[in-house]
Amino acid sequence: MARPKLPRKSTNVDMTAMCDVAFLLLTFFILATKFKPPEAIEIVTPKSVASKVAPSKDVVLVSVDRDGKVFFSIEDPDAKKYIANAINNTKNLGIDVNAFVNAQFIGVPFSQLKAFLALPEADRKANALPGIPVDTTKGPNEMIDWMRYAVDAYQGKKMNLLLKGDNKSKYPSIEGVINAFKKTDQLKFEMVTNPEAVPTGSELWKLAQKGQRTEE
Amino acid sequence: MAEMDTSSGGGHKKGPGVKKGKKMSTRVDLTPMVDLGFLLITFFIFTTTMSQPTAMKLFLPKDADKPDEQNKIKESGALTILLGGDNTVFYYEGELAPNGTNFKSANYSNGDEGIRAEILRKKASTPEKDLMVVIKPSPQCTYKNVVDALDEMSINVIKRYALVDISPVEEQLVQKSQAAAATGN
Repeated sequence: MARPKLPRKSTNVDMTAMCDVAFLLLTFFILATKFKPPEAIEIVTPKSVASKVAPSKDVVLVSVDRDGKVFFSIEDPDAKKYIANAINNTKNLGIDVNAFVNAQFIGVPFSQLKAFLALPEADRKANALPGIPVDTTKGPNEMIDWMRYAVDAYQGKKMNLLLKGDNKSKYPSIEGVINAFKKTDQLKFEMVTNPEAVPTGSELWKLAQKGQRTEE
Repeated sequence: MAEMDTSSGGGHKKGPGVKKGKKMSTRVDLTPMVDLGFLLITFFIFTTTMSQPTAMKLFLPKDADKPDEQNKIKESGALTILLGGDNTVFYYEGELAPNGTNFKSANYSNGDEGIRAEILRKKASTPEKDLMVVIKPSPQCTYKNVVDALDEMSINVIKRYALVDISPVEEQLVQKSQAAAATGN
């Protein structure tokens, strides 16, 4: 006697549920991603074992590119407006406040600031600009003035001072920037780096193995 | 795989002469859509986690004009690291001898010649409260060297360290040793 035939099951799978989940995740990640605006200043940051994520709010960023040119940028429009007015009051440069607020970064000496702000946004290329002078052998360290304005603008608020340098930038520019920080009593700042694994077997690694917190 | 179901559903016969309207299935092949969905998910997962820069904190010592206001460090516990150009690094313990005999060279590697081995040796031989590492970058060194040196401090868990300007004597020594190292190789 032949055995009763098993009913043939279809190999078709209902994909609807899987599709639903996939697109739900997709929507989540699309909404959660924050794209960085294309960087006007090209900087390759060095690596460090620091695991603290760089702050993104109330940032005053000082960038030093590979040629040692210094750029200054502030995100907060109110602080920018304050700084622009302060520059006009103290230096009589007559700069356009709105143009200053819209500028992503500043990379010229004060003497060229007005001409710089008159340039269209697309023409402000970091490699064509002279940068903010910090070398005291060639003239005043203008970074001190910028830091003073920034400190005034952030009075009563917390200011996250970031230094972002390129791997190849030479120390004198960094020194000029650090001196400007010192002169304005900004003794606490953070350096932007890329994360790197802690070397196995080192003291910090042993601490991490014990489960101790390594960041203060 | 999900396929288009072309067989007409129901299947009960209509009477003779009644035209059969062709019934299309509502099932659609979702496979390519799912493929695309997961591809995009992978992309977004990678882009969200990869571009997170970190920051390392640095506290600067305040410039004291008067010598008696300056922080005093014990000579026995001091290790000065000098950063030269071309990824060279030099160090000396305590105070620099006038003839420069305690001025030694190291490198950034992890080996016995590396600066890390020296820092660890100093750390082991000095009471913790006396240990102080002074980092002096010369004008020839790069920002990467500075960050690497500061990073060594956190890797080796050095509590007290400072970034200090180089003195002219030290700068000359660094330049001389650097030139010697360049010709020697």
